Amino acid sequence: MSVETTKFRSRVRTLTDGAVTGLSILATLLVVAPLIAIFTYLIYKGASSLNLAFFTQIPKPVGESGGGMANAILGSGILLGIASVIGVPIGIGGGIYLAEFGRGTKLANAVRFTADVLNGVPSIVMGLAAYALIVNPQKHFSALSGGVALAIMMIPTVCRTTEEMLLMVPHVVREAALGLGVPNWRSVLSITVKTASPGIITGCMLAFARVAGETAPLIFTALGNQFWSVSLNQPIAALPLQIYVYALSPYDDWHRLAWAGSLVLIILIVAAVSLVRFVTSRGVLKGAS
Amino acid sequence: MPEIRIPQVQLQPELSTPDGQGLAVEAPHEVSAVREFLLSRGNSAIADRGFSWLMLLCALSIFVIVAMIATELVVNSQLSWHKFGLRFFYQAFTDPDTGLKMYWDPVNARFSALPFIYGTLVSSFLALLISVPLAVGLAIFLTEMCPRALRSPLAFLTELLAAIPSVIYGLWAVFVLVPILREHVNPLLIHGLGWTGFFNDNNPTGLGYLSAGVILAIMILPIISSLTREVMTAVPHSQREAVLALGATRWEMIRMGVLRNARIGIVGAIILGLGRALGETMAVAMVIGATPEIHRSLLANGSSMATVIANEYAEAVGDMHLSALTEIGLALFVVTIIVNALAQLLMWVVTRGTPSQTH
Repeated sequence: MSVETTKFRSRVRTLTDGAVTGLSILATLLVVAPLIAIFTYLIYKGASSLNLAFFTQIPKPVGESGGGMANAILGSGILLGIASVIGVPIGIGGGIYLAEFGRGTKLANAVRFTADVLNGVPSIVMGLAAYALIVNPQKHFSALSGGVALAIMMIPTVCRTTEEMLLMVPHVVREAALGLGVPNWRSVLSITVKTASPGIITGCMLAFARVAGETAPLIFTALGNQFWSVSLNQPIAALPLQIYVYALSPYDDWHRLAWAGSLVLIILIVAAVSLVRFVTSRGVLKGAS
Repeated sequence: MPEIRIPQVQLQPELSTPDGQGLAVEAPHEVSAVREFLLSRGNSAIADRGFSWLMLLCALSIFVIVAMIATELVVNSQLSWHKFGLRFFYQAFTDPDTGLKMYWDPVNARFSALPFIYGTLVSSFLALLISVPLAVGLAIFLTEMCPRALRSPLAFLTELLAAIPSVIYGLWAVFVLVPILREHVNPLLIHGLGWTGFFNDNNPTGLGYLSAGVILAIMILPIISSLTREVMTAVPHSQREAVLALGATRWEMIRMGVLRNARIGIVGAIILGLGRALGETMAVAMVIGATPEIHRSLLANGSSMATVIANEYAEAVGDMHLSALTEIGLALFVVTIIVNALAQLLMWVVTRGTPSQTH
């Protein structure tokens, strides 16, 4: 091989290296651009339409300006409450089983695998299941069915984060508890789970934030409502559902409300995600070891 | 970290013998205050067993949920399954009035899932086409090139992208993305690539497969990129060092040392992204146009499987309509389960053996 070709080749290699570096920086910029675009537009549009009425009034009929989404915020709260009451205990229980009792067993692996797969099932399918399970026998849409659909979505997320957090608890802590003769269930509940509780709580908040923005399973379960409603047996309004309806409406006033609702929703979610990141990166759990 | 397994349950029989004497039998000397206190709390074997059964029940509820969803969907789609059979997924009808092809006819209770399957596949494929190069590029930048100070904020930003609800993506797409595509991008595509047949529909709404594909791409990007990052960091450092020691440039090191080792996991990440794209509902419903038709042009209005369920389920006319929509849901459920299971297996093959890490 002559010196010339070697030089040429090495130049080609250096150039390729530079080109790839440039391309990956470009890719990063292209990914960050829509994110920044979405956030700035959301804050700009949302902040200009957000006012006190948004939090205190129910939607006005078409043609009247003003109004708010107070009933949707309440409705979302009720739906998320139902979802948490059902989903969080079952999810945490499943996580405890995976981390404490079934570690390494085939059953635990199967549960873990199924939970991950269930996590990827589209939310609209959960809505179909809740419809078949509750709306169909009852013959009417209800808050309960929406809450159940959201609960089904929470369980696998809560289960897996609980497991991960429990696995981070050092073994020494369990040994110390058992060594003192504490029954196993006490050791799990008041030693292991308590040590991991900051992580578990943030995991639950993450699941909560995820389902807080879910619209698809609510369309034909909770249905939406233009008025105040707290009954679990009646259709109920929900923030993401209201945003969806308003976004597709032809009225500017409703578009503004949709933007304001989106801003409220995103603030809730960003707060939850930041908290999760803070807890997992700062290692709140490390204090235990 | 090597984990020491403690046989936790085995401790119990020694603590509580059937005669209630407990440890005192084995410790003839005086019983300490702590032990006395603990023994006075009674036999914990029942409580322990009950607790572990309860936790097992919670874990098993995940199987129950999957089985329940499956049975409900199968039972509720019987009507449509018995009438159309497998033809449901590929048949087409002719409109008696116009003689044109049609697929979705709620008035005459004739249904075919073909346009929705087509729309789902086209929009998901477009999304993968756009997002995979970007996601892999981002992952390469974050794991191999990025200055340490930038890594964490960038990773956080992409994580945030994953947390935005899909209805907000849809809202943004309707008011920002679609107008941009309609005014600036679509005319260029029609002008430059109109001859291919994929970009020749001058759709005045700007809604359609392409808009759906772009917003889907933005939505699945963070999933693909964070999982790709995970498998790339799982590649041992010795691989990188070995390639560098042979005199490779950085790109050659990434290509030979990292990407080649992580390729199965990257495929897994892409399949997982595909699973998300297939089931994505709200954002797609808002920008795809919601017409049950099949068009070659990517700029034309279409519909997708999840979209049609979201749009029509609450106002379905008649049992057959509901049943047909449920059957589409069942198909979506089965497909996403297969896709996700495949992706999980691929990811597991790559990342097993390395400790799970938080980002």
